[in-house]
This record gives sequence, structure tokens and C-alpha cells, in this order.
Amino acid sequence: MNFPVLSIITFTPIVAAIIMLLLPAQRKNETRAVALAAAIFALILSFWVYFNYDRVAGGYQFVETYNWLPALGIALKFGVDGMSTPLVLLTGVVMFTGVLISWGDDDKHVMAGIQDRPREFFAFLFILASGVFGVFVSLDLFMLFFFYEIAVFPMYLLIAIWGWVVTREYAAMKLTLYLFMGSVVSLVGVIVMYWVAGQNTGVYTFDMLQMENAGFSQTFQNVWFLPVFLGFAVLGGIWPFHNWSPDGHVAAPTAVSMFHAGVLMKLGAFAALRVGIMLLPEGAKYWSWLIMLFAGVAVVYGAYIAFVQKDLKYMIGFSSVSHMGLVMLGFSTLNRAGLTGAGVQMFSHGVMTALFFAITGMIYDRSHTRQIPELGGMSKLMPFAAIGFIIGGLVSMGMPGFSGFVAEFPIFMGVWGAQWLVAVIASISIIITAAYIMRNIRQVFFGDVPEKLEGHVGDVTVLDKVAITTLCLFMIAIGLFPAFMVPMVQTGVENILRLLGGA
Amino acid sequence: MNFITEHLLFLILFTPALAAVIMLFLPNGENRLFRWFAFGVSFIPLALSLVVWFDFRAAQPGFQFQESYTWYEAIGSSLHLGVDGLSLSMVLLTTLLTPLALLASFGINEKVKAYMMLFLFLETGMLGVFMALDLLIFFVFWEVGLVPMYFLINQWGSANRNYASLKFMIYTMGGSLGLLLAVQLLGVLFGTFDLVTLYERWNALGASDTLLGMSAGTVKTIAFWAFVIAFAVKVPLWPFHTWLPDAHTEAPTAGSMILAGVLLKLGAYGFLRLILPLYPVEAKYFAGALAFLATAAIVFGAFASYAQTDFKRLVAYSSVNHMGFVVLGIAAAAFAAGTTDATLALNGAILQMFNHGLSAAGMFFLVGVIYERTHTRNLEEFGGLFPLVPVYGGILIFTSMASLGLPGLNGFISEFLVVRGSYPILTAYTAISMLGLLFTGAYILKGIKKVLHGPMNEHWAHGEHKLTEISTREILVMAPLMVLILWIGIYPAWILDVINKAVVMLF
Repeated sequence: MNFPVLSIITFTPIVAAIIMLLLPAQRKNETRAVALAAAIFALILSFWVYFNYDRVAGGYQFVETYNWLPALGIALKFGVDGMSTPLVLLTGVVMFTGVLISWGDDDKHVMAGIQDRPREFFAFLFILASGVFGVFVSLDLFMLFFFYEIAVFPMYLLIAIWGWVVTREYAAMKLTLYLFMGSVVSLVGVIVMYWVAGQNTGVYTFDMLQMENAGFSQTFQNVWFLPVFLGFAVLGGIWPFHNWSPDGHVAAPTAVSMFHAGVLMKLGAFAALRVGIMLLPEGAKYWSWLIMLFAGVAVVYGAYIAFVQKDLKYMIGFSSVSHMGLVMLGFSTLNRAGLTGAGVQMFSHGVMTALFFAITGMIYDRSHTRQIPELGGMSKLMPFAAIGFIIGGLVSMGMPGFSGFVAEFPIFMGVWGAQWLVAVIASISIIITAAYIMRNIRQVFFGDVPEKLEGHVGDVTVLDKVAITTLCLFMIAIGLFPAFMVPMVQTGVENILRLLGGA
Repeated sequence: MNFITEHLLFLILFTPALAAVIMLFLPNGENRLFRWFAFGVSFIPLALSLVVWFDFRAAQPGFQFQESYTWYEAIGSSLHLGVDGLSLSMVLLTTLLTPLALLASFGINEKVKAYMMLFLFLETGMLGVFMALDLLIFFVFWEVGLVPMYFLINQWGSANRNYASLKFMIYTMGGSLGLLLAVQLLGVLFGTFDLVTLYERWNALGASDTLLGMSAGTVKTIAFWAFVIAFAVKVPLWPFHTWLPDAHTEAPTAGSMILAGVLLKLGAYGFLRLILPLYPVEAKYFAGALAFLATAAIVFGAFASYAQTDFKRLVAYSSVNHMGFVVLGIAAAAFAAGTTDATLALNGAILQMFNHGLSAAGMFFLVGVIYERTHTRNLEEFGGLFPLVPVYGGILIFTSMASLGLPGLNGFISEFLVVRGSYPILTAYTAISMLGLLFTGAYILKGIKKVLHGPMNEHWAHGEHKLTEISTREILVMAPLMVLILWIGIYPAWILDVINKAVVMLF
């Protein structure tokens, strides 16, 4: 029996959540300490998995199986491949940094972090984190779905209770309805797949590795690919079902925005890949043009909408739509370069957007505004945050030397291989992104500090700096040394290509 | 010692970036330390590139001092570095101008640390383009250099800096979009970005092969123009030049020196390193169009320069005018590749790149010197300053004469070679460009006259506004430039020899 590292990672947050809920409500600092300890523990284990994953061997590793409901063929089966390992690491990183920036300070007048009921906040956040880890490591379709719902549900409470007062009820409801709608559609697809696979093979199981060989007919795949893929892709923010996402980002408290954009959107994309493309490869080939169309629109349209935003968080929210569009674009190519790029882009966008939301939160906590025209000169007040935001901006623009370029370049190469015209059109987004990023950096961080803000906007805390540094290091490391991540993703891609018929 | 000699290019390339990272950890507020540290460090690449220059075997074909490091294996790109005579002269220009620009920046008092760090990063970005033997690495450095320049203009520039810096960024990135797509296409087709391999395989594609459902000829033509536009924006060629006067005028003095001295050369270098070898057929076919744009840049650049009342804008437009000659030479060479005339024209074009780097950097610095004292660049507000600042006046006249193309100074040699080489090939365009050359004289003399001669503007003669003479530090910035200007003017063989052998091997 191997060390059950994946289950420990998955259940650490939920155990921590229970411990926190057992603590008295007024022991805020103890609650925070438990949260941080659990986050660090999970992060260390994710690093351990990341560096111990055998890149040469590839395939699913650290596999664990526990019977859960044998009668229905459901087992708690965990394992990671080259696609999911970086995402587990990503979740660990976002969890760690999310706790740091939500720390809160009860004595200072600066309203940073979470002051109001941190116990419940961290508990819900950690239940969400468990769900996220669970989806990334599940090799059982039922369990994947199970964790998927666990990840989605706490979002409602987190946004509705701790969110931005103005829109939180609306946004929380909109987000939840959208996501449940999407998951119901996929659930129907998943159950149909379960039955048909059972009929075809005689073994009723949710084990995805067995379902890969279920021999779904071409017609079946053509019919069911779209509901399954798009149902999950709603959470990935695919156009035209992206509408919930910017509203949700804006209304959510900072750490939840980080989770939401950084990890949850990956959850949708990842589930769409794992269930949609990997289990229904023929359907994926049949519909790839439609996914490419949707993704292509998301890339360009998302960038345009981000360009005209006045609210910093909406700007980042729509830029996420654009960047997640690139992930979907990479998926839709169904070739080596495109899928590899999409895998790296998931990680790269995760850390980048977590960084963006973290810094936006720091600014908002201190200035009480996110309106871009009302901000200015922030680099004088919080130089560290300014540097972080600039690095994030360069990643967002796809500037070489940072992870965004390493991810986007192969995606575009993949698109060239599939449909060159889309590559040409999608490339427009690069220039739009550059324009709005540069414009907003200048407006928010440079120039003069508006009178309204002078005096009561202070520098970021040490914990904030640790969080910013951690996120930036990943973006630079991947940008300068693609070998840090690309070969790992490639092993996952080889597996997908095998399922697609060695394309 | 072996480590150094085996990794010369790598060290030249990354020493500045490494120094910038080290600076990040130096304590804040130590402005003197930052200045001297950056200035001192910038001598390391200079010294190493001189070692390369003297160890370089001009007569040996191919790229020398090659080094290769794995970088992005998944898509077949590696950090492949190497130099030939062409890139080596550009590397030397860059490593030479950077310390001078840093010395010129000693007057910067705001955010010194960030300024010096950006400058060092900028040097790495520029050097990378000149050394890259991998198309993707070329593109990486091409784009990376934009960022520090953007912030240098945006943070330390003058009044209209926001507009100018964003325009610079968007123009260059927009221009490079086609280049990015073309690079991707090449990568997809061949699975490698290695330049030498690409030269062979891309050219082996016949016009009748099909690519992407079109004939290879069509694809190549489109890709050719994608490359041309990217580089034409940077050079800049008319009508893609409008970012230049804004960026140059608003940039801080040292930023303008590097912009004019090195960044414009990146565009011309792209023509030579990528377009001529990758698209010989298309380049020949469209040589007339290129020559037209180049001639337009020469003539309109000169006219526009003559019409300026802002001293810095005048110098900025002169860059459009001078860089036009570089592209004219390249167009001529593309049209009649292999002939003696083409070789002459190309020699002239490359030497012109080097020369313009010296004289334009010098001119921008001299404009900066007087601006720092008077806080105006308006030519109407100067006048008759020579008696007040005779040393400055002498240096300004000397550098202007180099820019004008006075025989005995460097500009004459290169422009003469370009014109001599192009005339038999593209007679009409060369003849029209002479009009530009005439106006070069006119605007240079206008600049000198408005600043130094005529009735003295008494405002600068007395009291708190009294103009002070150029300082020793500022003379030290100009001295190496002036020595080289004169040296190449009198005895160009030392550098032309290296360039010429590279040119002969290009064909």
C-alpha cells in the first residue's frame, strides 16, 4: 500500500474546516492559524506529488482505490496524470495565497482581509477547496461529479454572505443557477454514458479508465458530446454561457474571486476535457468546429468587453473569459500543440488571475473603489503590489519570458494546424489585451494619487507580499524555463491523443 | 577562464539582466550606488564583446561563437546564439551605447533603481535579437525589449509621455502581430525554429507546392509582407513612422539615445537576418515597393524635419530620413542580389546602421544637454548661444556634420556607398532620394543656426537662466562617439572589412 497522498490532499481542507467549525467563533486568530497550517500542508503535498510524478512513465500515478458503492460500480478512485498534476499544484498555491490575503487584521483600521466571521468563511472556502482537489484527482466519474457539486455549492454562501454588498445576492443566485443548470445537463449525459457503457460491456461502472473502452457508437457520441462538454464548460466560462462569470467575480470577496477565476474555471475546463473529450473522442472530433467557434468568439469578444470596462474587477473578469477561451481553443484543436498549450494555459491563467484578483482586493480594501478612473498613483503607495500587477499584466498580454507566452504560443500553433483562419482572427485579442492592460496599469498605478485617496491608503501587508511573490515566481519560472511544466503536460496530452486515435 | 571563453555570447547577453536582478535586492534610496553599479556592470558586456570582436574570424563563413541551450523542447525551440559580421557589429554598437546612455542618465533623480534596472533589462532584450539564431528566440527578445522601453518613456518621459508610450507599444506590437503569426506558421510547418534549418527548408518549398489550401507562393507572399510590416514599423519606414517622433520626443534623453541608436536597428537587422535569406524571391519581386517606401521616408523625413520647431522632433525626423537609406540599400541588394553593386549597397546599408547609431545617439544626447539647462526645446527660444557655450557648440557642430554626411566623417562613407550601390540598380529612386539628401543639409544647418548662431537670446546670458557649459561627465559621454565618428570617417576599413565579408556570405 502506497502512501495515500492524494486522499490526504483532498481531505485535508475538509478536516481543517471541521476543526475550525469546532473552535469558538471569537478565536479568530486560532481559526486563521488552522487555515494557514492546512493550506501549507496541502501545498507541500501538492509539491511533493508534482515533483514525484514520473514524467517518463506518464499515465495515471499515485492511484488509490476504495470501494464506496460496489453495487453501482462506484469507487473512490484517485489518480493524477500530466494534465491534472499541475492543476493540483495550482489549487494548492491558490489555497495558500488565498488564506494569506484573507488574513485580516482586527486591530488596524485598514479593512484588509476577512474580519467578519472568519471561522465560517475559511470553513466554506476549505470545503470548496476539497471539492476542487477531488475533481482533479478523481478517476471515477461519479466521484468527479460528486466533488464537482461540492465545489460549486459553497460559492453561493461565500458570495452571498461575504460578497460585495451591491450585487452579491444577484450574482450569487445567477452563478448558482447557471452552474447547476450546466451540471444537470452534464449529469444526464453522465448517467446515459453509464447505462450505455454498461450495456455495451456488461459491467456497470463509473470507473473512467474502463469507460474509455466502453465502445460508444459514433452516433451516441455525436449526440451526447455537446451536452456533456458544454454542461461542464459553463463553469469554464465558455461563450455564450460566460455571463455568470464576470458578475460572480465582481461580487465575490477577494479570496473567493481568486478561487473562482483561478481554480473553479479550470474545474469546468478540466471536467469538459476529461469527460467530454476523453470519454467521447469521436463526438469531440465531430463537434470540434463548434467548440472552436465558441472559443474563438470568447477570445476576441472577451478581450473587447474587457477593454471597455471601468470596474477593475469586471475588466479582469472579462479578461478571464478571453483567456479561458484560449484554453477551449486549445482543446478544440485536438492536436498535440494545442492541447499542450491549453494545459499550460490552465495553470498560467490560474496563477495570473489569482494574482490580479488578490491585488485588486488589496486596492479595494484600502481605497474602497474599483473604478479605474477614480484610482491613480498606486505604485507610490503600494509599490510591491504595482510590480505584481505589472508582471501579471505582462503574462496576460502573452509577453515572452512569462508563462502566458509559453502557453499561448503552442495553442496558436495548434490552431494553425487545425484552422489557420481562426489563428489569424484570435491573434487580434493579443493587441487588444495589450492595450487595455497597459492603459489600466498606467491609470491605476501611475500618475498622481487622487485627493480622495490620499492619507488613508497604506502599503500592503507582509502576508500580501508573500502571496504576490509566490504567484509571480510561478509565472516567471514557467516563462523562463518551460521545461518546468511542459513535459509533464505533454505526458497527459499523449494519453488524450491515444484516445483520439493517435491523431 | 574556460567557462568564460566558451560561453561568451551567453554571458554578454545575460550579464545585464542578472545585474538588474541583483539590483532588486540592493537597499532602496542609494542612488549613487545604483548609478555606479549599473554603469560599472555595463562594461562587462562591452569588454566581452570586444573580446569577441578581436577573436572573430571575418573570413570564416557561417556563424561563430555558437552556443545552444535547450529552452522549449516541446515546440522545437532552443536558445541558439551565434554571430556573424553583421550581428557582431550591432552587438558592439549596443554594448557601446549602453554605458554611454547610463552615464548620460546620471542626472536622473527619480526612482533611480527602477530606471537603471529597466535599462539593463533593455540591453539584454536588444542583444538577444542580434544574437538569436532561432526564430522564436528572435521573436521573444524582439517583444521583450518593448516592455522596458515602454516604462522608460512612460515614467521618465516629458509632458505627453502617456500618449507616446502607449502609441509606441501598440504600434510595435500591432506591427509584430503578423510576424507572430508567420513565426507560428513556420514552426508548424517545420517543427523547428532553427534559423539555418529554416533558411534551407522554407526556400526549398516551390511556388507550386500547396500550403493551407493555397499555393506556397501566395502563402510566402503574405508571410513576406507580415515580416516586412513588423520590421518596417520598427525601422521606421514611411508610412509606419508616426510613432517615432512622439516616442523619441517624449522619451528621457538616454531613452532616445537607445531608441535611435539601437532599437531602430532592430528593424533593419530583421530585414537582413530574416527577410533577405528567407524570402529572396519575394524580396526581389517587391524590391521596387520597398525602395519606394524607403525613398518616401528619405524625402518626407527630411521635409518634415526641416519644418520642425522642436529641436528634439527635428532630430527624431532625421532618423526617419537616415534609416531610409538603410532600407534603400537593402532594397537594391534584394533586387540585384550577387552583383558588385548590390554588395556595395548592402555594405553601405549596414555601415549606415552603425553610423546612424553613433550620430543619432550623440544628437539626442546633445539635445538633452541643452534641454536640461533651459527646459525648452523650442528652436525659436534659442539663438546665438555659441559664445556662451563654445565647447558644447563645437561638439554639436561636429556631430551634426556627421549626421549631414560631411566627407571625413562616418555618415559620408555609408551614404556614399548606399547611393553608389543603388544608383545602377534603382536609378530613379536613388535620384529622387538625392532630394532628401539635399534637405538633410538644410535641416541640419537650420538646427545649428537656430541654436548657436544669429542674434543672441539675452535670456540665457545672465542671471538665473545663465547657460552653463557642458560638463565633464557629458563630454565623456560624447568623446567615444566622436572618436568613432572620426575614425570611421577617416579609416573605415577596420569595420567595413568585417561587414563586407558578412555581406558576401549573405548571398
